[in-house]
Amino acid sequence: MDVGHLPASEFDSAGFEQTLMGSPEENPVPDMVQLLTIDGEVRHDPTYSSYVADLTADELRGFYRDMFLVRRFDEEATALQRQGELVMWVPMTGQEGAQIASGRALMPQDYVFPTYREHGVAYTRGLELSHLLRRFRGISHGGWDPREANFHLYTLVLAAQVPHAVGYAMGMARDRLVNPKLPEAATVAYFGDGASSEGDVHEGMVFAASYNAPVVFFCQNNHWAISVPTEVQSRVPLANRARGYGFPGIRVDGNDVLAVHAVTRWALEHARSGGGPVLIEAFTYRMSAHTTADDPTKYRLSADEEAWLDRDPLLRLEKHLRSRDLVDDAFFEDLREEGRNMAVRLRENVQAMEAPGFEDAFTDVYAEAHPLVREELNAHRAYEAGFADSDADPTAASREHTA
Amino acid sequence: MSTTMTMAKAINAGLRAALESHPNSLLMGEDIGSLGGVYRVTEGLKADFGADRVMDTPLAESGIIGTAIGLALRGYLPVCEIQFDGFVFPGFNQITTQLAKMHSRSEGNLSAPVVIRIPYGGGIGSIEHHSESPEALFAHTAGLRIITPSNPQDAYWMIQQAVACKDPVIVFEPKRRYWLKGDVDTSAPTSDPFSAQIVREGTDATIVTYGPLVPVALAAAAAAEEDGRSVEVVDLRSISPIDFDTITDSVKKTGRLIVTHEAPTFGGIGGEIAARVAERAFLSLEAPVLRVGGFHMPYPVAKVEEHYLPDIDRLLEALDRSFAY
Ligand SMILES: Cc1ncc(C[n+]2csc(CCOP(=O)(O)OP(=O)(O)O)c2C)c(N)n1
Repeated sequence: MDVGHLPASEFDSAGFEQTLMGSPEENPVPDMVQLLTIDGEVRHDPTYSSYVADLTADELRGFYRDMFLVRRFDEEATALQRQGELVMWVPMTGQEGAQIASGRALMPQDYVFPTYREHGVAYTRGLELSHLLRRFRGISHGGWDPREANFHLYTLVLAAQVPHAVGYAMGMARDRLVNPKLPEAATVAYFGDGASSEGDVHEGMVFAASYNAPVVFFCQNNHWAISVPTEVQSRVPLANRARGYGFPGIRVDGNDVLAVHAVTRWALEHARSGGGPVLIEAFTYRMSAHTTADDPTKYRLSADEEAWLDRDPLLRLEKHLRSRDLVDDAFFEDLREEGRNMAVRLRENVQAMEAPGFEDAFTDVYAEAHPLVREELNAHRAYEAGFADSDADPTAASREHTA
Repeated sequence: MSTTMTMAKAINAGLRAALESHPNSLLMGEDIGSLGGVYRVTEGLKADFGADRVMDTPLAESGIIGTAIGLALRGYLPVCEIQFDGFVFPGFNQITTQLAKMHSRSEGNLSAPVVIRIPYGGGIGSIEHHSESPEALFAHTAGLRIITPSNPQDAYWMIQQAVACKDPVIVFEPKRRYWLKGDVDTSAPTSDPFSAQIVREGTDATIVTYGPLVPVALAAAAAAEEDGRSVEVVDLRSISPIDFDTITDSVKKTGRLIVTHEAPTFGGIGGEIAARVAERAFLSLEAPVLRVGGFHMPYPVAKVEEHYLPDIDRLLEALDRSFAY
C-alpha cells in the first residue's frame, strides 16, 4: 500500500466471501460463531450451542415476530420521514438479527447504552416505539425516561456512551459489594464499526479491563460508517482487539439469531458473574441508507447489497422454522396484519405529537434555579408580548418555570 | 472572471484551487471521498486528485486533528473536515492543547498550518449536535485563527487563504447558507480574510454580525430603511483576530451598535465586541451596545429553533431599544 493510500471504498466483490468469513492467512480470525447456516440448518458449536438448546418453539417464533415487527416499524418510520413527519430517520433494516437476539439475552436489571440505531434493542426492552421517534420528529432531544426500561437515551456523538456504560457497570459491581442481595447485572454498550475508531471506545475498554467491569461491548459491524468501509477502521477483525485489552472478543454471525443470542447470553453471564468485560463483534450489514439523508449509490455497489440478501436474518429464521414445521402460512399472515395495525397506531401517535412551546427549552437547562436563564426567559417573554397578534406560547401559563 | 455559484460549490472550487496550487496540500475527514462529504462540499475531488490527496479517514476526530498536526509538522498542508459542529469535541483537546500552541511552545521553530473546516449553525431543521455555534470556545484559545465566510465570493477565497496561512485556521462554514448563490470573481482575492467588511453603508446604527446572519442583518437593515433609519451592516468575517478598527470606525459614525450571532449571547463574541467598543468609542455611543444572540440553553429542538435564531424582528426590536435611548 502506498503511503497515504487508503482502501478504496468501493467494496471488492471478488473478496466478498473471504471478507465474510475472514481470511485465516492474513488475519488470525477468531472463528465466526454461527449456529444457523444461511439455509436455516442448525450447526453445532461446542461452546455456544448449549446456550440456545433450551429455546422453546414459542421463543423461536417470538424472535421472528420481533424481527418482523421492528422491520415494519422501520419501514413506517422511513415513510413518515419521506412524508415530512420526521426531520430524519436512521434505518436499521438488515440488523434485526443482531439487535433482537442480543436484546432478548438481557435481564431486566441489565442496562443498555445504545447509539442511535438500536430500535430493535429498544423494542426488546419494552420501550414504546413511538417514543423513539420524538427525537427524529424534532420535538425532543431525548424522548423517554431511560430508567423505565433500563434503556439509555440515544447518543449522537459517536462512542460517547461507551465510557458511560463502563462507569455504570463499575457502579453496579460496587453496589453488589455493599449489598450482595442485589441481582447480578451488567451493562451493554452498543456501537458501530466506525465508532470503534473513536478514542472513547479505547478508553472505555481500558477502564473496563482495569476494573473488571461487568460490561459487554456489542459492536454491530454493519460494514459501513456512512460511506467509509470497515477496512478503513481496522485491519483485523474488530473482535481481535479485545485480546489487546485483556478480555475475550467474539466474532459472531450477526444475521444468525441463534448465534447472537447464544454468544450474548454467554457474555452477559460471564460479565455478571464477575468474569469482566467481553467484546462481541456482530458481523452484519446495513441493507439501506445510513440515514434518510444518505445516498449509498455514491459509495457502494448494489451487487454488495444483493450479495447480502440471502443472509437476511428474517429469511434465514423463516427457513429454519419452516423446515421444523414450527410455522405455517397463517402465522405469517397474522403477523402481517399485526404489523399493519402497529404501523397505523404508530402513525397516529406520531401525527399527534405536538411541538413543545419554546419556553420549555428554558426549563430543564439546570436542575436548580439559574439567574441567567431566568433573566433570559423574562426578556424573551417581554419580547414576545410586544407582538400584538402574537400566537402566545400556549404552555407558558401552564408550565411553572423553576429557574 | 466572474461566475455565479452556491457557497458549497464555491468552497469546492476553492479547495480544488488549493489542491492544484499547493502540491503538499491534502484533504482529510469522514466521508469526504466517494460521498463528497455529507454536504457534498468535497464532491468530485477524490476522483480528480486521488485517494492519497483526498483521504477518507477513520471515524475519529482526535485522530484526524492529531495526524493532521503530524503531517503539518512534516511539511504538508492538511485541510480537515469535521462533519458537524457538535462533533468537533472529541478533537477539541488536540485543537486547543496541541494545534493552537505548537508555534509558541516551540518558540517559533515549528508551525502547524492545519486548516479545519466546520459546518456550523442552525436553521436546517436537524437533530441534536447538528446546529451548534461553538466559535467562542475556540476564539478564547490563543494561537488559532477563526474565519467564517458569509457569501460565495468569500467562501471561494477564504479557504484558499486559510490553506496559505502559516497559522492554524478554523473555517466555520454557515451550513444553512451552503445553497446561497452569488457571484465569484476567480481572478484575484478581494481582501484580507482577517478583516471585516462593510456590506451595507448607513449613518444611524451599526449591526455587526458574521456567517449565517449576514443576510438576516441585511434584510433587517432594509426593513429599518422603511422606517427612515439608515443602518450600516458589518460582516466580521474573522472572529479571531477581530478587526476592531472597522467596527469602531463604524460606531463613531453611527453612534449605535447591535452585535448579533447565533451562538449563545452569554460569553459569546458579542460581549467581547461590546467591551472593546466601550473602551475605544465610549463617547461616540448614543446607547449601550446591545446583543442579539442565542439563549443560555442547549440548541433547542428543530420544531422551535426559529425562536432561538436571531431573525429580522429581533434585530428590529433591538434597534428600537437602541433608538429609545
Ligand atoms: C463524534 C462523531 N463524529 C461524527 C459523527 C457523524 N456520523 C454520524 S453516524 C456516522 C457513521 C457511524 O458509523 P458506525 O459507527 O459504523 O455506525 P452505524 O451508523 O453504521 O451503525 C458518522 C460519521 C458523529 N455522529 N459523531
